[in-house]
Formats: sequence, structure tokens, C-alpha cells
Amino acid sequence: MDLASAKMIGAGLACIALVGAGIGIGNVFSALISSVARNPAAQGQVQPFAFLGFALAEATGLFGLAIAFLILFVF
Amino acid sequence: MAIELDPLHQFKIDRLIPLHIGNVDVSYTNAAFLMTLSVVLITALIVLGTRKHALVPGRWQSLAEMSYEFVANMVETNVGHGGREFFPFVFTLFMFILFANLLGLIPYSYTVTSQIVVTFALAAVVFIGVTIIGIVRHGFHFLRLFVPQGVPAVLLLLLVPIELLSYCIRPFTLSIRLFANMLAGHTMLAIFAGFAASIGLLGIFPLGITILLIALELLVAALQAYVFAILTCLYLSDAINLH
Repeated sequence: MDLASAKMIGAGLACIALVGAGIGIGNVFSALISSVARNPAAQGQVQPFAFLGFALAEATGLFGLAIAFLILFVF
Repeated sequence: MAIELDPLHQFKIDRLIPLHIGNVDVSYTNAAFLMTLSVVLITALIVLGTRKHALVPGRWQSLAEMSYEFVANMVETNVGHGGREFFPFVFTLFMFILFANLLGLIPYSYTVTSQIVVTFALAAVVFIGVTIIGIVRHGFHFLRLFVPQGVPAVLLLLLVPIELLSYCIRPFTLSIRLFANMLAGHTMLAIFAGFAASIGLLGIFPLGITILLIALELLVAALQAYVFAILTCLYLSDAINLH
């Protein structure tokens, strides 16, 4: 297998990490919706944490994407 | 105007004013231009916005005061009273990253924070600064940061290396988070815009997706600046309060 094909396959496999990002973000916002539904007064307190959690969960998935780009364009 | 169908073409650095000092290439690039533009715009917002000192603020003064208050609240909530002296640092970080991200969304512009070297420079400054602050403030006791309380001695053998590793990985996660978000966002925009440009009338669907992506990218631009700033506050709080 030549390097270019192996790079493509590697990049594609690395993108599977984004599944985790999707699940994580879904979890975060489902918790936000549930908590605001139970206690609407807490929305102001909970929302900053929800956005922080979204960014951190997304970041983990994007680490995988960064590896994909690394494989494709650096090696 | 040629349609660049390569989505990574937008990250190419152009020398606007070629300059060489000896062997070193110190050209004024488009990245440098956008960084100076960010700094100029932030300074203009704060200095010119608050020039009138009105008790009931107008629009620009309101914006300047709101951004100040937002970051000041964030620093006070997360770092506590000892963090007051670090407010300028966190404010600079937050505003610079916010403006750099937002300016990158202008079509045909360049996103400074999509370069790993820029985000790593920012994250390295945060990491080294926070470590030095912690060591200066607590001396040798700074190492207590890596030893969680109430843990049996056997587990400590496993926990301390893990804590150390997760501490040392902070500059990398901080920088790669911002870099990967910006890179992925702009690459997706370029790809969908390329679709919209190249398939004629059916291009209305990729165009719709591009519009939604721009909205998402606006959110991500602001959010990533907020996340960088709040993580800086949390790391500062770790170093200053040691727990």
C-alpha cells in the first residue's frame, strides 16, 4: 500500500473520534434541557456551564480531527 | 475571479510587505496584518468608546463596559479575590481571541487563530505564566497541587503521575482546542462554499448549509474565546488556591 492511500485511510479512521463528540454534546444539552425543565429559575446559573461543557466535549472530538489533518498534511 | 476549490488554500500566508533582517524573514504577512487589526480595533473600542465618560452609556461605551464587566465577573467568580491582578491578562486574551476569530469570518480574510503556532504561543504563555505564579506564591508547596487530599498512599503512586501528565498536557489541549475548532470550521465553510459555487442551480442547498455554518461559526468564535479565558481563570485559580 503506498503512502498516499494509507494517509487517506488513516485520516478517515481518525475521524471516527467525532462520534464521541456527538454523543458528548448530546449528553450536555440533554442535561441542560432536563435541568431547566425541572427548575427554570436555575437557567442563568446552569447555562454558562452548558456552553463550557459543549466546548470541551467538542474539543475532544476535534483533537481526533486534528490528528486526521496531521496525518493527511504533515506526514 | 478564480474559484479556489482547494479548501486549505485559505490558510496560506501571504507576505504583504516583504522584509528581511539579515537571514531572518520578518515580512509583514496577512496574519500580522490581522493581528494588528485586532489590537487596533480592541483599543479603539475601549479607548474611543469610553471617551465620553457618560453616566448613562451610549452604544459603544455600553459595549466596552459590558465586555469589561463580563471578563471581570468571570475572573472574580473563578479565581476569587486574589485574581484581581490577573484581570488585564485574561481580558487581553479574551478580547484578542474573540476579535481574531470574528475578523477571520469576514470573507477573503485570514483567521489568525487557525495557525497552531499562534494558539500555541498564547497557551504556552498561559501555562508558563500560571506555573511561575504558582511557584512564586507557594514555593515548594506548589507540588501539593498534584497530590489530591484524602487519598491512600498506595493510590498516590498511580495518581501523581496522572495528575502531572494532565497538568503538563494543558498547553497542548488549550492550543489544539482553539486551533482545531477554527481550522475545522473554516475548512467546512470552504468545502460547502465550493460545492455551492460549482454545481450551478442546485447550489442553493450547499448555500443554505453555508449560511447555517456561518451562524455556527459565529457562535464557535465567541465560545472558543470564552472557553480559553475561563480555562485560564481555572488554571490560575488552581495555581493560586492550590485546589
